Amino acid sequence: MRYGQGMQRGSRAAALRLALLRLFAISTIGLGLVYLVWRWSTTLNWQAWWVAVPLIVAETYSFTDVTLLALTTWRARRRAHAPAAPHDLTVDVLITTFDEPVSLVLTTARAAGAIRYPHKTWILDDGNREVLRLAAEVAGIGYIARPGDRRGRPVHAEAGSLNNALLATDGEFLLLLAADQVPMPEMLDSTLGYFADPRVAFVQTPQTFGTATSTNPIESAAPMYFGAVQQGNDGWGAAQFCGSNAVVRRDALMQLGITRYVADVERSVKVALERADRVLAHARSDARRSGLPIGGALDEVTTAVRDARAAIKAGAPLDGATFALQNRVEQISRGMVSADLAQVAADLAELRGSGPADAPNDEALAAVIDQLAVHDASPLAALDTVRSLIRSINVDRADEEQELMPLAKMWMTEDLATSMRLQQLGWKSVYHPEVLADGLEPSDFGAVLWQRLRRAQGSLTVLLRENPLMQRGLALGQRLTYLATPWSLFSGFATIVYLVVPTVYLLSGVLPVSTTPEHFAILFLPYFCSTQLLFAVGSGGRFWRRQQHAFALFPTWIVATVSTVGGALLRTRRGTGRSTRRGTPGGSAWRVLPVQTVAAVILVIAIIGGVLRLVSHQGDPVAIAAGLVWVAVDLLALNVVFRAARYRGYRSREGEI
Amino acid sequence: MECTVSRLDDGVVVLSLDGRLNMVSAVVLRQTIASLVQDGEVRFVVDLSGISFMDSSGLGALISGLKSARQAGGDLRIAAPTEQVQLVLQLTNMERVLTSYDTAESAFADA
Repeated sequence: MRYGQGMQRGSRAAALRLALLRLFAISTIGLGLVYLVWRWSTTLNWQAWWVAVPLIVAETYSFTDVTLLALTTWRARRRAHAPAAPHDLTVDVLITTFDEPVSLVLTTARAAGAIRYPHKTWILDDGNREVLRLAAEVAGIGYIARPGDRRGRPVHAEAGSLNNALLATDGEFLLLLAADQVPMPEMLDSTLGYFADPRVAFVQTPQTFGTATSTNPIESAAPMYFGAVQQGNDGWGAAQFCGSNAVVRRDALMQLGITRYVADVERSVKVALERADRVLAHARSDARRSGLPIGGALDEVTTAVRDARAAIKAGAPLDGATFALQNRVEQISRGMVSADLAQVAADLAELRGSGPADAPNDEALAAVIDQLAVHDASPLAALDTVRSLIRSINVDRADEEQELMPLAKMWMTEDLATSMRLQQLGWKSVYHPEVLADGLEPSDFGAVLWQRLRRAQGSLTVLLRENPLMQRGLALGQRLTYLATPWSLFSGFATIVYLVVPTVYLLSGVLPVSTTPEHFAILFLPYFCSTQLLFAVGSGGRFWRRQQHAFALFPTWIVATVSTVGGALLRTRRGTGRSTRRGTPGGSAWRVLPVQTVAAVILVIAIIGGVLRLVSHQGDPVAIAAGLVWVAVDLLALNVVFRAARYRGYRSREGEI
Repeated sequence: MECTVSRLDDGVVVLSLDGRLNMVSAVVLRQTIASLVQDGEVRFVVDLSGISFMDSSGLGALISGLKSARQAGGDLRIAAPTEQVQLVLQLTNMERVLTSYDTAESAFADA
């Protein structure tokens, strides 16, 4: 099965589809521009600016959003067949899991074992479950738990699990699978051929949920995203890595990991060296206040830091410069201890009234000094900030559990950031539209919401921290596609406007647009229809469900934008993400979807208000009718999430058993 | 890949590698260094003069070794990289972090 298959029988159908996509892309952008120029220039009702301005801003935003989509799909490229897979490649199939039911993980693992192309299969258990380890052993499947001391260090969830497995396995290629994606036997045969091009870093295939039971109301964005959008990304040379159902070239990931390591070490050393003067000045005044006689030692540390800074500025490699610095500080530390001890020895000798012959001999003294210096017992230890500062000026990434993190580790951003970074390094990417894994139905709606939120926050973080417009090494088309994904998440705010404006009109008669209904219809409807046609062709006809979800999940998008942008502004360190949800399972609509419930109630009130105005002849009946239609469409769009909230997947059913 | 462990007069452990340092031998090198660190060794020189080919995974193993040596209070240095190895170091920017010494004997001359 392929996404948009109905549209894609043979190359002629594909050409026709692309022609239609481009036609509707042009008409949407053209008609949208005309509409917006007209709206901005002549129709703003300044008396009701408090609804007029939000509405025009929301409409302008929606136009930019659909424009980015149109540009993305402009080059939608449908790859038919992969070249034949070479015979002698080594492949590891990696299945990531955290808390999914053991039976589910084993279903996927057994299917992975049955993949035809020779490979090794591994379960990566971030949950370290003994029962799963035993089950894997019985089934003859490799098992890798997440070792190491993670206390006080960022955990990096799924990416961390994969990064860890990268070091424990040795295949040239890696097939990554989420625990609920059951692979088909031909999955590797259909994808490995692309790697004949040595610059191809990964091949992404579609990710589906519940294709087995396609009646579930949850699958939504997939037809569009894994249809025209990813094909468009691919056409622009920016196919996006999605974390699962992808085959990745190990060398590309490792190269990425190493360049990231170098960049991170350079940055952390630079930041620490910049902080050093301030920290040392603080330490000096603290020491003065508390009467610690360490001013001299601090001066020496200051000199050592300055020398390191100068050496690095002159281009010296960081390992030598940091090693010299660590060594010097250690020696200063030892010097202080030995001065201390010598003083103690002298005091003792004086007390006993005998000569220095009774003082500890040199060798013993040296041993004690070593001990004290190593065990942080030196007077410098009193100055925690200085010590931690000096320790951080190193190349060992001591603050991280893993020194190499090929998969991007920023909070929940691994997928999008990983593809962007690989493409920056000059690697190519492929989107192969054939469905090669059968996604099990999602556990329940709470899980879906959690996953959506996580993805949304992830791509917004990329926008904020690694703005695709600013990154080096990307082509314009690649920049636009990477901008499009996070940009569309601001739609949550526009949705609120589209809910509030007709409600305000139906209840109070305040119109944000000053024009006649006829004018409005003539300019708005063609633009609107063109947009819908673009969606329809892009998603192979299944566009209404996508729009419903994009609309009805507006609270999720708003939470994502507010938390991510707010977090970035406040520079807070947030907890690291977990790929699986922590949300509530199912439950009443009110519990899962409080905002949507309130919105639906208000819309119903608006309809009642509108009907009352209509029968009592208040206001323009055409405008009221238009408002009623608008509200009805809003309600229909919201309806999808209420149906989805009643949906029960494997997780809650398992609970019932 | 062959890995021969020897020791210099000043106690520095020399790992002389021969062959291809790739994703398969990277695992071996990482384990070798890890067990040496566990035995209390902290100063290492990896002699790369016999390496005909190194990939990113091989370089990754060197970084892992560098991390464990540094965290144990020592250091890991590389000596005599071949042309191909130097190319990988350039390509990944690793020259900014890792100094290449001419010979294993000269690597720890400063310490």
